[in-house]
Amino acid sequence: MKKTYKIEVDCANCALKMEEAAKKVEGVQEASVSFMTQKMKVEFAEGADERAVMQNVRKACKKVEDDCEIFLD
Amino acid sequence: MTARFFWIEVKDCFEHVSAKSGHEVISMTKKQKKVLYRIIIAAVLMVGLYFVPAEGYVKFALYLIPYFVIGYDILRKAALGILHGEVFDENFLMAVATVGAMLLGVYNESRGMEGEFSEGVAVMLFYQIGELFQAVAVGRSRRNISALMDIRPDYANVEDENGNLQQVDPEDVETGTVILVRPGEKVPIDGVVLEGTSSLNTAALTGESAPREITAGDEVISGCVNITGLLKIRTTKEFGESTVAKILDLVENSSMKKARTENFITKFAKYYTPAVCYSALALAVIPSVVNLIMGNPANWSTWIIRALTFLVISCPCALVISIPLSFFGGIGGASACGILVKGSNYLEALAKTKYVVFDKTGTLTKGVFEVIDICPSEEFSRSCAADPASGGASPRLVEYAAYAESYSTHPISKSLKKAYGQEIRPDRISQVEEIGGHGVTALVDGVQVAAGNEKLMKKLGISWQKNTGVGTVVHVAANGRYAGYILISDVVKEQSREAVAALKAAGVKKTVMLTGDSRTVAEHVAQKLGLDQVKSELLPAGKVEAVEELLGEKQPREMLAFVGDGINDAPVLSRADIGVAMGALGSDAAIEAADIVLMDDNPMKLALAIRISRKCLRIVTENIVFALTVKALCLVLGALGMANMWVAIFADVGVMVLAVLNAVRCLRAGK
Repeated sequence: MKKTYKIEVDCANCALKMEEAAKKVEGVQEASVSFMTQKMKVEFAEGADERAVMQNVRKACKKVEDDCEIFLD
Repeated sequence: MTARFFWIEVKDCFEHVSAKSGHEVISMTKKQKKVLYRIIIAAVLMVGLYFVPAEGYVKFALYLIPYFVIGYDILRKAALGILHGEVFDENFLMAVATVGAMLLGVYNESRGMEGEFSEGVAVMLFYQIGELFQAVAVGRSRRNISALMDIRPDYANVEDENGNLQQVDPEDVETGTVILVRPGEKVPIDGVVLEGTSSLNTAALTGESAPREITAGDEVISGCVNITGLLKIRTTKEFGESTVAKILDLVENSSMKKARTENFITKFAKYYTPAVCYSALALAVIPSVVNLIMGNPANWSTWIIRALTFLVISCPCALVISIPLSFFGGIGGASACGILVKGSNYLEALAKTKYVVFDKTGTLTKGVFEVIDICPSEEFSRSCAADPASGGASPRLVEYAAYAESYSTHPISKSLKKAYGQEIRPDRISQVEEIGGHGVTALVDGVQVAAGNEKLMKKLGISWQKNTGVGTVVHVAANGRYAGYILISDVVKEQSREAVAALKAAGVKKTVMLTGDSRTVAEHVAQKLGLDQVKSELLPAGKVEAVEELLGEKQPREMLAFVGDGINDAPVLSRADIGVAMGALGSDAAIEAADIVLMDDNPMKLALAIRISRKCLRIVTENIVFALTVKALCLVLGALGMANMWVAIFADVGVMVLAVLNAVRCLRAGK
């Protein structure tokens, strides 16, 4: 399953860092961050709990880039 | 040129900031405004401190105020980065450089010399100005692009049970609902017109300014703007499946597919930053140690300041930001011209297109049959000339054929009716008989008319004239005597010839046409358009084979683009390096299968797309070369002690600003 999230990130390099961090989170099969459109696209692994995974993704991203934000609705 | 752009950007920044409106669309986010205020405060403090006659540690303490005002977040991020093991980033570079500069000032003070504190603050200040500028410029181009793609409908008008109009969210409209579109409104969802005639402006989708005329029964595509009349439309899709939603999704996701150049820069930055940090460390330590060993004074402070300058220069921001921005701008500029590119990687590949393979029907030709030649027989011409009421032999011939075929819905009969141009009166025709695979016989105004192919003439025992043209021939006989033939053919688009020539001019090596059509028709079209190669009488699977053959023929760095109309082309579109679907308005399959979508039917757009891609890549290359050259030069000067902190600031912030401004030009690449 794929989902797109709105994000807030200030620089292109930080967006890259977020992408790297998100990819490493368990339950994420593929992640891609577009700095230009301020969006993160996540493809979840089969059977993953999307909400729980996204909480972890958010945590992981905050760790590498502390003033980024992922809007989970 | 660049100076002018810079001025415009700067002016806009000020105008937007001074507008200070809470509800309007403003150029700066809250975060950016906060940075702006911090920059102003720090700058004022610095100017003020210049006139304060403080000395020694008091001076240091005073300079710490603007330093922390402007740099606290950078220092915090650098500290957090170190804690999380993400050491080498630009925050770290800036923090080390400025803290180093400040400490050096303290060291000098402690030895009774005058310490210099303004440099450290200035580096931080200019770095923040650069970052703010970059954020604003990127935000602006993002908004420009969304404005170009301003096709998202806000609402749909639905009639409720009492007959009152209600505005609802397009996402809530179910398939089959009747919606109303008033003049000036956007068509929110794909559908079929039930009532009303109007002109539609498709400019936002196709870049084409000529309006499209529509009437009851026609299909309409969401995203078009209704210009003249009220339209009642029955929706045929949900909003999410509608053209407009698909296009928006495509454009928004296009920057996710990264170009090779972008990936290269990411990898480059990964090795570059640590390499620079270690070089700076080496620069700070090795010369001084060597001096000590040689018995000379160590000159620690000279070499440390050089190392710090080195660090400031080396910040890779210019590259990291300008390259994705260039590609994004190029994609945005292309979509304004009705060219949708699904990813930066395709935009990059497009510049290297050397082989272009076209599908014939619907791509180079209109895919619509038209009467291209009318040849009455001599005998028929004579008899018509003798009868003034006939109105001439050619119109008569078309009239007979159109009437005889009037009950058929075949494309051929449609083209005959179109050529006839008048309404068919059913009372003039009787005894219509269709002979499958042959043609039609009917009684038109009491005349026994036969219209069909050679087999029909043979069957009726009528001798016919052999035709010389290319296309489908309809022979006509009146009262058992041969009256002549009408030549019908798929018409070549006006722009096709020009498009092939433009591709050649853009450096395409080979143009090939694939078609399922007969050899004679195919070769005739190919010759007319100046194509290099033609493969005819192909089945759909044959097209894939033909493309694979060409793929084997080319060099790996050369790209092959296949251009089709998206109908039955999906396998070939995905097999080619770059699949281009043309005339995609209305064809979902094309939007899904292709890498690049030309929204209107104009094959010229492919050459334009290649030009945009070239320009975009040129700008990317310019930025890489420019940034690396200036940085390398300044690094060498810095290491030799010939460049001070101020040069370093230019090398970092100045280069970044210029690179961003250059990247913004991509947005205008299609113009």
